[in-house]
Amino acid sequence: MKRLSHYRRHKAVAPLLLVIALFGIGTTFNVASASMKTSPNAFARSTQIDEGKQIFLRGCSTCHGLNLEGSAIAPALIGVGAASVDFQVGTGRMPVADMSTQISRKTPVYNEEEVAALAAYVASLAPGPAIPTDAQLNYERDGSTAEGGELFRNNCAMCHNFAGQGGALTQGKYAPTLMGVEPKHIYEALITGPQSMPVFSDKTLTPEEKLSVIKWIKAAEAEPNLGGATMGRVGPVTEGLLVWVLGLGILIAVAVWLTTRAR
Amino acid sequence: MTTVEKRLGAAANFVDERLGAAGWMKKSLNKVFPDHWTFMFGEICMYSFVILLLSGTFLTLWFDPSQREVVYEGVYEPLKGITMSAAYASTLDISFEIRGGLLMRQIHHWSANIFMAAIVAHLLRVFFTGAFRKPREFNWILGIILLTLGLVEGLLGYSLPDDLLSGTGLRITSAIIQAVPLVGTYITFFLFGGAFPGVGFLPRIFTIHILLLPGIFLAVITVHVMLVWYQKHTQFPGPGRTEKNVVGHPILPVYMAKAGGFFFIVFGVTAFLSAVASINPIWLYGPYTPGQISAGSQPDWYMGWLDGLVRMAPPWETHAFGHTVSWNILIPALIVPGIIFTGMAFYPFIESWITGDKREHHLLDRPRNVPNRTALGVMSITFVLISLINGGNDIFATQFDLSINQIMWFSRISIFILPPIAFVVTKRLCLSLQRADRDLVLHGMETGQLVRMPSGEFAEIHKPISAQKRWILTSHEQAPALELPATDARGVRRPGALKNKLRIRLSKAHAVAVPKVSAQDLKEIEHH
Amino acid sequence: MSNEIEAFQDPGEAVHAPRAADIDPRAEKRAEQQVAALFGLSAVGSLLLIYSYIWIPEDVFIFIPVMGDQNAHQLFLGLGMAMSLFFLGMAAILWAKKLMPDTEVVNHRHEFRSSDEDREEFVKTVKDGVAGVQLGRRKLIKGSLAASLGLFALPPVLLLRDLGPLPGKELEKTNWKAGTRLVTDPGNRPILASDLEVGSVVQTLPEVAPDTHRPLSDIAKDPVLLIRLRPEEFNLTPEKLAMTHDGIIAFSKICSHMGCAVALYEQTTKHLLCPCHQSTFDVTQAAKVIFGPAARPLPQLDITVDKEGYLIARAPFNEAVGPSFWERNSQ
Repeated sequence: MKRLSHYRRHKAVAPLLLVIALFGIGTTFNVASASMKTSPNAFARSTQIDEGKQIFLRGCSTCHGLNLEGSAIAPALIGVGAASVDFQVGTGRMPVADMSTQISRKTPVYNEEEVAALAAYVASLAPGPAIPTDAQLNYERDGSTAEGGELFRNNCAMCHNFAGQGGALTQGKYAPTLMGVEPKHIYEALITGPQSMPVFSDKTLTPEEKLSVIKWIKAAEAEPNLGGATMGRVGPVTEGLLVWVLGLGILIAVAVWLTTRAR
Repeated sequence: MTTVEKRLGAAANFVDERLGAAGWMKKSLNKVFPDHWTFMFGEICMYSFVILLLSGTFLTLWFDPSQREVVYEGVYEPLKGITMSAAYASTLDISFEIRGGLLMRQIHHWSANIFMAAIVAHLLRVFFTGAFRKPREFNWILGIILLTLGLVEGLLGYSLPDDLLSGTGLRITSAIIQAVPLVGTYITFFLFGGAFPGVGFLPRIFTIHILLLPGIFLAVITVHVMLVWYQKHTQFPGPGRTEKNVVGHPILPVYMAKAGGFFFIVFGVTAFLSAVASINPIWLYGPYTPGQISAGSQPDWYMGWLDGLVRMAPPWETHAFGHTVSWNILIPALIVPGIIFTGMAFYPFIESWITGDKREHHLLDRPRNVPNRTALGVMSITFVLISLINGGNDIFATQFDLSINQIMWFSRISIFILPPIAFVVTKRLCLSLQRADRDLVLHGMETGQLVRMPSGEFAEIHKPISAQKRWILTSHEQAPALELPATDARGVRRPGALKNKLRIRLSKAHAVAVPKVSAQDLKEIEHH
Repeated sequence: MSNEIEAFQDPGEAVHAPRAADIDPRAEKRAEQQVAALFGLSAVGSLLLIYSYIWIPEDVFIFIPVMGDQNAHQLFLGLGMAMSLFFLGMAAILWAKKLMPDTEVVNHRHEFRSSDEDREEFVKTVKDGVAGVQLGRRKLIKGSLAASLGLFALPPVLLLRDLGPLPGKELEKTNWKAGTRLVTDPGNRPILASDLEVGSVVQTLPEVAPDTHRPLSDIAKDPVLLIRLRPEEFNLTPEKLAMTHDGIIAFSKICSHMGCAVALYEQTTKHLLCPCHQSTFDVTQAAKVIFGPAARPLPQLDITVDKEGYLIARAPFNEAVGPSFWERNSQ
């Protein structure tokens, strides 16, 4: 690894490095997940942090560095905190499968214990935002739906759309849908600002306000269709499409029938 | 005579002695309407207008068009305690606390969308078949006026609930008005009653939306329909159909039953859409405040192409002498639409200038027989479609994994390239179709049956087409291009040489056609 | 071109073929039954509507495949109405198609041009009428008529004067003054510079006395977006850099294009995107426009901190916020 980082200084080697790194991610990730399945108890004896370290070395260090220092293709993880690890790995964004414009949510590779171990390990090296506890996440008790809606429309709707369905950002990036996202992960995203998303500091968007936002998102998610099929809750574009296809479509069909002679 | 007949007779007598209506009524009830499914688009418009009047009246019974701020205390939990305008609150009440209110709101909105879609479809039918030609130019212009009114009426209508989406639309509308040089700022302040969003805008557009514009609509629609009535409907060419007659079903009873029935069909389909599909769920958008915004803020589809044009505009602004002119707003939002609508309104006169044809036309064109016009139409549709796609670029980007920047650049470039290509392709397609018609008349239909000739060759049997079908394919006229010599009979150069040159070129382009089959041609081929 | 040298002859309309119901009594009976059945369906629809209105509670939801959970009251009310109308129409049309006489009728057209005599008479009438007015001879009346008609058009326009105030300098003013604290929106809490982490963003408004009503027209021009970057990430002129505070930069949230709220901040690229027309602004370059139709950067607010460490405006905006207008001096 030392030699590799030495080479990184040479400009011509950068593309090659990227290829090797990508290859590395793939292999390590496969090996890691394979070994996970075959011997789930292999790490049972070590403490949580040690366990996390092992997972990190196998699955993450190729890109993020042995000491969390990051690399040309991955950010440093010093001080990102347990919350960030829990969000990235817990929502399946990490380890990354393909390096396209944006890393998307997918089925997590690691189970809950492993995620917790990883988070504990990363947090043990440098302090950062912690994973909110269940007590901190009692949005049903501590949040207010209406206030959450107001906050959502001020702080979130511009990217995630009025109903949390997600929306487009520049150059092919996007704000993902918030439907079906765990409250814990929403909270972590707010305090850590993953990828394009900015950070919402606790002083400017208080923990209670964050819970209100979560409560509103959960209410929007659970809201049945009050006026009929919603066609994605994305506004007038799908409505216009439906008018031409279904509305005018049926009417034209009837008009054709009306103007043909009966047999 | 039965008693019913006696009573009706007495009533009719009472009216006729005072109005002398029998003569006129007798003639009118014998009016004939030709049948074709594309002739129903206009009816969809008219019926949607009636549905809009009915559902709209229902909504006004509860709607409060006020910008007064209230605190919501209704049944919709996620908005409880939020400060909002009375307009928004009363729209929520109509949706959730009046039984059938949400259904009526959705009927009103779906109906408006169907109204506009049918107007566009009707316009395209009239354009592609040449129904706008003499003597129907007035009615064409009235139609363009109705389309324009419809755009405005629709915009005002969906702005009334004062939700976050429509407020954003009004913000953009105010920016467009404000961009007008010299008077824009003043007009905005007068319309809105101060700086945006002002204090009086909603009540004002409410009156315009429910009284002024519907009144104008009603007047123009009446004249539009009366003219159709008076000038009699056009008809497609066919056996027994000439420029001098009109063939179809009389008003009583068939047309009346069909048209009346179709009203209920249009209403029924609108109600069906409103039952199964949600439209403009304002409770999800939230109340309007200028500091908030949602991703994917689009207008309704009929304004979407304008929004798309605005999105693709280049960032041009002129600053001079302490004044600012926003070309990035003026060009896409006012100048280009202005040119398009003016061009549309004058098109009948432009075409007749090009062809030199000043005669009346009651038989419709088959679009393929007028390649230039058809190509122009497809070109315009292409232009609007590209704009429309760009108007929804953020939605398309997320749905199809594209980037808004890519779609924007695609639109910016293709808005100049694709319409001309569409023109050329359509024109060629029309000419190929003409050629296919010619082959069909000359050689008949392919039957798919192979026979072996005495010489040993195989040949497919072609069945000659019927006389009726042949008439449809050959009865159109193919006028030659205008001949405008550069000098007149006395050898003096005509004035306006450049204009004449342009006219000759356009006329030539317009007259391009595959020669249709004459009876002579067919005889010759039969002799072989 | 074969211009009508020898055109085909119009073969005339095809022979009228009778419909099944015209010749077959059984088919006629069947058609009658079909029409009656459609009327019956329409009646069922009306009954469904009445039933739904009265007896289906408004808070019942039913699951429909593809569509999801639907409000039963709304759905059946609508379906009842749709059935009642749609089948009424279908019945009428089927009746007309199958049972009413279907022979086509020919009407004759006449040219719209009036006869020459009519036109001459009309011209004469008009000329006589105009001559009777004697406008050509009576110069004084002509002049005064023109003047009075011209003036007559003014009052209706004048009467609309009080629709709104004159713009004056209204569009160039905001409520930001030197020393105004930035407060969170919503929440109205002042913000310590140290509250903001790198990468964070806050929607703010100028502080007002507690319980003061904020008119919407203020919210249409006052919102400011606070963004914190690492100071070394800025690529600003010295004047613009002086307007930031320790990596915190403040922009008007109102788009310089058409006034939408520009608030999509991408932390990684440091770009601000307007969702309405996709104008993209680079925060590190003082919100310079890098994509889209906007022509001007977002106005930057000069900020600093007060004695207690709260963020305040050091000066009002030095240009008008929001979309352009004719009187705007954008030099």
